[in-house]
Amino acid sequence: MSLKIDNLHATLENGTEILKGVSLEIPAGEIHAIMGPNGSGKSTLSKVIAGHESYIPTAGTVTLDGADISEMSIDERSRAGIFLAFQYPNEVPGVSNANFIRAALQSRLPKGEEIDAVAYYKSLYEKMDLLEMDRKFTARAVNEGFSGGEKKRNEILQMMMLDPKYCVMDETDSGLDIDALKIVAKGVNAMRSPDRGMLLITHYQRLLDYIKPDHVHVMSEGRIVKSGGPELALELEEKGYDFLKEPALA
Amino acid sequence: MLTEDTASAVLDDETKDAINVDRTKGDFTFPERNKFDAGWGLSSKTVDYICDVKQDPDWVREFRHKALAVFESKPMPTNWATEDLNNIHFDKIRYYLSDGEKPKRTWDDVPPEVLETFERLGVPQQERAFLAGVEAQYDSEAAYSNMDEELKKMGVIFVTSAEGLKEHEEIFRPWFGKVIPTGDNKFSALNSAVFSGGSFIYIPKGVKLKQPLQAYFRINSESFGQFERTLIIADEGSEIMYMEGCTAPKFDTSTLHSAVVELVALKGAKIQYITVQNWSGNVFNLVTKRGIAMEDAEVRWIDCNIGSRLTMKYPGVVMKGERARGEVISIALANTGQHQDTGAKMIHAADNTTSNVVSKSISVGEGRSTYRGQVHIPKHLKGCKNNTECDALLINSHSRTDTYPAITVKGNQHATQHEASVSQVSEEMLFYMQQRGLDEGQAMSLAVNGFINDLVREFPMEYSVELKRLIDLEMEGSVG
Repeated sequence: MSLKIDNLHATLENGTEILKGVSLEIPAGEIHAIMGPNGSGKSTLSKVIAGHESYIPTAGTVTLDGADISEMSIDERSRAGIFLAFQYPNEVPGVSNANFIRAALQSRLPKGEEIDAVAYYKSLYEKMDLLEMDRKFTARAVNEGFSGGEKKRNEILQMMMLDPKYCVMDETDSGLDIDALKIVAKGVNAMRSPDRGMLLITHYQRLLDYIKPDHVHVMSEGRIVKSGGPELALELEEKGYDFLKEPALA
Repeated sequence: MLTEDTASAVLDDETKDAINVDRTKGDFTFPERNKFDAGWGLSSKTVDYICDVKQDPDWVREFRHKALAVFESKPMPTNWATEDLNNIHFDKIRYYLSDGEKPKRTWDDVPPEVLETFERLGVPQQERAFLAGVEAQYDSEAAYSNMDEELKKMGVIFVTSAEGLKEHEEIFRPWFGKVIPTGDNKFSALNSAVFSGGSFIYIPKGVKLKQPLQAYFRINSESFGQFERTLIIADEGSEIMYMEGCTAPKFDTSTLHSAVVELVALKGAKIQYITVQNWSGNVFNLVTKRGIAMEDAEVRWIDCNIGSRLTMKYPGVVMKGERARGEVISIALANTGQHQDTGAKMIHAADNTTSNVVSKSISVGEGRSTYRGQVHIPKHLKGCKNNTECDALLINSHSRTDTYPAITVKGNQHATQHEASVSQVSEEMLFYMQQRGLDEGQAMSLAVNGFINDLVREFPMEYSVELKRLIDLEMEGSVG
C-alpha cells in the first residue's frame, strides 16, 4: 500500500517543463517531507498528484495502492483517497463550511444514502474542538474572510473529516504563528495511522519539529536531488539550500 | 472496487431518470379541446371575438379597442432592446383559446387532462400543504379558482380578472390600468387589448393573510399567446403574499406570454409578489409589473427567472406616499439559448421613501443576462434612499452580461448607493471543490447556490427548495 510517483514529468500549457522526472514512494504509515527552494516544483508536484488540469503530465505515473490514477479526474482521485491541503485555500462565497464539508462527504456515499446529520455534527464539533476552532466557523462561508491561520486550520479540519488514505500538505505551515502551528501539528499528528501516508511540503524545518517525518527529500529544479532521514532537514536548515548547488551533491 | 463501480453504474441511471423526469416536468401537452379559438393573428375582429366570448361590458370593449390602436402605433422597442423581438410574428399567434368552462371551485370538477396537468406540476398538493387559495390558468382562462372559506368570510376577494371587472367593478375599475397605463409600452398595450385570465384580489382593511395565495399559469397549446392580467389591491394596513409559477411544453414554434400585473398597496399595507418563472425555451416572456405604495406601505417583488427564450421584465414600485418602501429582489439564470433581460424601476414620489434593488444574474454557456435599472428621485423631495446592488456570475467565457443602471437623483437631500460586480466561477475555485470530491456539476451547483444563497432565503421555504433544485438541474446540464 503506497502512493507511488514514478519518473513524473509535467509541463505548463505553454510547454515549460516544471517536473523533470520525480520519483517518490510514500507507503501507508509513513510521513515524508519534501523541502526545497521556491520554484523547485514542490507545489506543482502536489497539484499534479491531485490532477490539476493546468499541468500536463508528459511522462511517468502516479499509482495509488497499485492502481494507476493518471486517467482519473480530480474528484475521482479525491474520492479514491487523495487529499490536498492547499497552500492558498480558495474561498467559496455563500457556501457554509458545514454544508461544504457535508457535500464532500455526501459525494463519497452511494446515491440515495444520506449523511446522518446528528452524527455528522458530532464528528465535526469534535475535530473543531481539537483544532481550537470556534463553532461559528460551521456557518461561515468557506474561507471567506478567514485569516491565513484560520484557513490552514480549516484545511486540516476538512482533511480530518474526509479521512483520506494519503494526505498531501502544501506549505501548511506558511503564514502560521507558533501557536497556530502547534494546533495544526496536533491535528496532523492525530491523523497519523499505519493505514495512512502523508506528504508534507515545506520550506522550513520548523514544521518538522512538530510533525516528525520518517523521510526527508530535497527537491530542486523539478527533481528530487537528495533523500535522507529527519537529520537532512536540520542540515538544510543549517547550511541553506545553496549547499545543494555544490557539485559533490548534484 | 468492483462493488463500488457496480453501485455507481446503477445509481447513475437513477440519477439520469431523476433528471429526465424533472427536466421534462413541464414538457408535456394534451390535445386541444377548445370550444373558443380566436384564430390566428390580431385585428379588431380578434378583440371583438374575445369581448363576445367573455361577455365584456362596453367599457372594457372600448378599453381593448383603444389599446389595440396604441399597440399598432408603437414600434418594437429594438432601439434599446434585443433584435430578437423581431422574431415574434404576431400573425402566427392565437390570442384566445378556451373550453368555455367557468373556473371550478373543486378539483373534482376540473376536466381530467387539466387536472392531470396541474397534479403533475404539484399545484393541488401545494394548495393542501401551505396555500390559502389557488388559481390555475390553462391557456386563456382559469380552470380552477378557490380560496379558504375563512378568507371569504373576512371579505377577501380572489377571483379571475373577468369576474373582478364584472362583479366587483366598483373596486376594480378605479385602479385598473392606472398603475400601468395602456401606453406604458408596446406589450402593456397588447395585453390591454387581448387580456384574459389572471387574478383580481382585494384584501380588506387590516386583514393580514398568514398563508400565500398562488396563481399557476400553464400554456398547453402551440403557437399561442397568454395574456393574463392581474390586479391586487391591499387596503389600509392589510398584508398579502402572492406567488406565481408557470410552465409550458417545449414547442418548435414560439409562444408569447405577455402579462400585466398591477399592485396597489394603500396606507400601511404590505404586498409581496413572488415569481418563479420556468417557461420552456421557446417562450417570449414580456411582462409589465408595477406596484404603487401609499403612505407607510410596502411593495416587494421577489422575482426569479430561470426559463424562457427571452424575458423582458422590470418590476417597478411607485412610492407615492411618505415613508413608502419598494423592493425588488431578482435572480436570473440564463443558459445557452436564453436571454434574461431583467431589472427594476423605482420611482420615488414622496418624501422619506426607501427603495432597495438586489439583482443577481448567472450566465451559463451562451446565455446572456442584462440588468436594466431605473431609479428616479426628483428634486423637490427630501430624505429618499435607494440602494442598488447588481452582481453577475459568469460560468464560462461565452457568457455575456450587461448592466445598464440609470439613477436619476436630483437635489442633495437623498442617499443613494450603487454597487455592481461581475465574477466568475474560477478554475481554481472549481479545482478546490473538486479536490474535495465534488464532480464538476456538483461543484458548479454549489458555487451558484452560494452566489444566490442570500436571495434564495427571501423566498418561502417551499419555493426555495424548488429553486435550488431547478438550479442544480440547470448546472448539471451545463457541464461536460
